[in-house]
Amino acid sequence: MPSPQTITEKILAAHSGRDTVRPGEIVNATIDLIVCHEVTTPPAIRMMAQMGVTKVFDPTKIVVTPDHFVPNKDIQTAELTKELRNWVKEQGIARYHELGEHGICHALVPEKGYILPGMTAICGDSHTTTLGAFGAFATGIGSTDVAAALTTGELWFRVPETIRFNVKGRLPHGVYSKDLILHIISKIGVDGARYCAMEYHGSAIAAMSMEARMTITNMAVEAGGKSGIMEADKVTTNYLKARTEEPYTIYRSDADAHYVATHEIDASALEPVVATPSLPSNGRFIGEIGHVVIDQAYIGSCTNARIEDLRIAAKVMKGRRVAQGVRALVVPSTSAVWRQALKEGLFEIFADAGCVISTATCGACLGGHMGVLGKQEVCISSTNRNFVGRMGHPEALVYLASPATVAASAIAGHIVDPREYLERPLRRDKEAGVPVGAIAGGGPGSEQEDYLWGV
Amino acid sequence: MGSVDTVIRGRAHVYPRAHVNTDEIIPARYLNTHDHVELAKHAMEDIDPDFVKRVQPGDIVVGGEDFGCGSSREHAVWALRKAGISCVIASNFARIFFRNSLNNGFLSIECAGFADKAKSGDDLEVDLAKGVIRNHTQGTEHVFVPLTPFVQEMIAAGGLLPMVAKKRGTVYNPAIVAVKPDVRVSQIAPAK
Ligand code: SF4
Repeated sequence: MPSPQTITEKILAAHSGRDTVRPGEIVNATIDLIVCHEVTTPPAIRMMAQMGVTKVFDPTKIVVTPDHFVPNKDIQTAELTKELRNWVKEQGIARYHELGEHGICHALVPEKGYILPGMTAICGDSHTTTLGAFGAFATGIGSTDVAAALTTGELWFRVPETIRFNVKGRLPHGVYSKDLILHIISKIGVDGARYCAMEYHGSAIAAMSMEARMTITNMAVEAGGKSGIMEADKVTTNYLKARTEEPYTIYRSDADAHYVATHEIDASALEPVVATPSLPSNGRFIGEIGHVVIDQAYIGSCTNARIEDLRIAAKVMKGRRVAQGVRALVVPSTSAVWRQALKEGLFEIFADAGCVISTATCGACLGGHMGVLGKQEVCISSTNRNFVGRMGHPEALVYLASPATVAASAIAGHIVDPREYLERPLRRDKEAGVPVGAIAGGGPGSEQEDYLWGV
Repeated sequence: MGSVDTVIRGRAHVYPRAHVNTDEIIPARYLNTHDHVELAKHAMEDIDPDFVKRVQPGDIVVGGEDFGCGSSREHAVWALRKAGISCVIASNFARIFFRNSLNNGFLSIECAGFADKAKSGDDLEVDLAKGVIRNHTQGTEHVFVPLTPFVQEMIAAGGLLPMVAKKRGTVYNPAIVAVKPDVRVSQIAPAK
């Protein structure tokens, strides 16, 4: 009988030819998926040349999309994306997503069905943890690691300890997975999960859509975590069914697996959370925020700009106008989300409200372009980091919140509780059929239903 | 093969505070270059402006908890190493700094609470084979978290890339900078 293990330990054992692994051990694991973007991959391409390597280990295990500064922001970024494109072509990498089919990598990869339960996945980007929502081991690494993994298909890892989060109850109306993760980070701090895998369980997680789950695993790194992970379930397999026919292995943590800590959280007791400047761990319930006037409201990023997020924001903004003096920016996370939002009429709602809508890009999330903040400007944002200087000027102030809170604040002109703007709660009774407020097309068992029941 | 039998000896520069971040180690305003020599001129500038004036080859940086947190920039490791630092001892490290450091063949040694006891200027000796740090000034000895054989092998090879190159029978040459002729995408034939 092998000793009891967590999902993360099982995945790392299976990828390093072992029966079991223990936290703290270093393993050399095979990599199933390497995700590349234009910022951290070009240095890795050069490093491969320095090693005398001319071919990647397996072009079919690589996914490439430019995302941080697209469309090219300046000459420098144009050169970087050109270097990336040249390399893709030279290496014969088929899964390259050119503009129009591109997206922020952590949002694009799940949407295309590239990430599967049981996989190991890496990217030279700290929010790679997002992919853990599928029951995969996914983590961010540096350019040296990217170069080594592209060359050999393997990478060393210190097996992380796992922290378990049992989230019981249901998120109340107007409270989202973003509020939950901001709450968790406010409890454990920015290094509360240093080196650790953050593993989530409980009825509140089970009730969430994949999109809502990804918001949680996305922010693992904001607590210092190596990865965030959730067991694949029916919601996961349904999501994948629509996207891929590839086989996969679902791992589950053993009942007596070892956790360095276990946190019990009651989702039902939560309220909308806002993280004040300049740490993601500064989360407070909306009632404690006071009157904060804003200059900009940003709905974007790999954390919260998927179609569900846009639907929620549109629901808040429908028939309303953005407050005088506020710039409201809507930046869908991928091209597919963009097209879907167009089809559903969400852009009309945003445009009528006075929002600016852009193509998918990381953009202002990292202070890159398309909404960079000036000195002492205040922004409420659906992104994941509010460090000093993150979205522009070091004296700009960034508040993190759910898309609903961001949208409602854009309308009010200052940070507000979104619940006042989401008049009618959705009915919770599944037997009643299509929930109140459902968007046409979402039948029982559909993803839209997941979304509606999951929020 | 693979065991690191070196003894590192140097003077301590102690920063006992938790969360010394990569912005303090190498401020973002200097990230417009990858040149290690340039970066080294600004090592630790935002936590200790005189650091580069005092540092001597072989010196050791001693930190508290969560050393190297913040952005994932490898520049932090490059700047410290090129400034002459031989290794960093801290209570523990932020994950990506730790990884970047070992990947670059630069030692990060975990020894809880060491920073609270050491003083700047102390004469330190890290004995990798025995797994101890000797503070010759204070006459004390401290056990650190041992390096795994894998890490020892990587450090001995000079980092992850030289190690990978060696295993593949190629030579790692960091001097190679320009790799691609400046051509348009349409001129490149796809690989078979
Ligand atoms: S959207 Fe922001 S957090 Fe996400 S990958 Fe882009 S820059 Fe990073």
